[in-house]
Amino acid sequence: MAVRISIGDTSFLSQDGESLLDCLSRNGVSVPHSCRSGVCQSCLMQVTAGPAPEAAQIGLKPTLQQQKFVLACQCKSDQDISVAFPGAAGGDLPAVIAGKDRLNHNVLRLYLKPDGDFSCEPGQYLTLINRDGVARSYSVANDPARDGHIELHIRLLKDGLMSGFIEKAGIGEPVTIRGPAGSCFYVRGDGAYPIVLAGTGTGLAPLYGVARQALAHGHTGEIRLLHGALREADLYLVAELQDLALRHPNFHYIPCVLKGEAERFYRAGNIEEITMSILPGDKSRTHLFLCGAPEFVTALKRKAFLGGVASKHIFSDAFLPTKSAPVAA
Amino acid sequence: MASLYERLGGANAVNAAVDIFYRKVLADDRVNGFFDDVDMDRQIAKQKGFLTMAFGGPNSYTGKSMRDGHKHLVARGLNDAHVDAIIEILGSTLSELGVAAADIAEVAAIAESVRKDVLNR
Repeated sequence: MAVRISIGDTSFLSQDGESLLDCLSRNGVSVPHSCRSGVCQSCLMQVTAGPAPEAAQIGLKPTLQQQKFVLACQCKSDQDISVAFPGAAGGDLPAVIAGKDRLNHNVLRLYLKPDGDFSCEPGQYLTLINRDGVARSYSVANDPARDGHIELHIRLLKDGLMSGFIEKAGIGEPVTIRGPAGSCFYVRGDGAYPIVLAGTGTGLAPLYGVARQALAHGHTGEIRLLHGALREADLYLVAELQDLALRHPNFHYIPCVLKGEAERFYRAGNIEEITMSILPGDKSRTHLFLCGAPEFVTALKRKAFLGGVASKHIFSDAFLPTKSAPVAA
Repeated sequence: MASLYERLGGANAVNAAVDIFYRKVLADDRVNGFFDDVDMDRQIAKQKGFLTMAFGGPNSYTGKSMRDGHKHLVARGLNDAHVDAIIEILGSTLSELGVAAADIAEVAAIAESVRKDVLNR
């Protein structure tokens, strides 16, 4: 039975037994691909309408599965579907600044009210565009569909084009949001595995979102959140996180201050070392979320992987699905 | 008779082997210098492509793509000793997974067959 495959403004009828990759290629749509056997993940695409065939999702990270990413070479749908290339699925949406408050000496919390339906998983990021056309990406710290607003943590930078704009902007200021994107978020399902979240600076925003989402879905495994700061004054949301830990016995908040003192409420030292020291014994089941400074994310990702955490269980903000074909090992 | 790729377990075998293999590569001082500045997620995908090829599975490697993909590494000193180390690590990965010695030898022979292209000779 022929089914209709839509992409962008066009659509094609697929032939019997034909994969999504073959159908698009036959119709002149160029899809990056390599192994044609569901392994290399070069042909990653996203289903934007209709069901994602299970067989086309084998080997993908659970966060990609939940976003209906599929491997085009393995994708044989028995229903009409719409598909998009990675990153092309989210559109632009107008929004207004609905509120803001200071979280510490250089971090501001911004609330946006989208004009229309906007949903994303807490921990994904969106691109914020102001009236001058300046665009910056920020992680979402809450569940916008549930709360009716979007919460972002903005680091105030000296001469920062966007942060300067946000600092001055009044309530009701119109902006544009694009997205969401990213696969650093909580996957619903069996909630008994241990979770470790580690971030520096405003890398706390997505982790705060992931932790609250996990708790909201009744996650029963231990959840440890580490927030790394240079000095004590760089920490933020301390009272909120301590309160969250009081209300949920399986949630642990571990602030880490590099230039800290002994016997304070935080741990003095390097967040990378502290994270490695608190990784649960059950490393192969542990899900690790890393956000913040790129050097920190890259280094800790590697250390944790070498320490026994499975590559498919490591989620970070920087990760975007590869689009280049694997030409070499 | 089942093909080598089928005997090893196909894509499931690749998914089971990739973390073990790449952990050994990153921990091996003979070769880990070539992997210092690359994104781990992207590397994992590339290693899966390599393992699929070495396991006798479907792949689109060509001599040209092998040569182009390793040119910058040859310029950085990639040589026979490094290829030897990778084939050795591949073997120890498979024996850790309980693969029979005869099948490991077949995998090693496939990996060996691309040595000249990898080293751009």
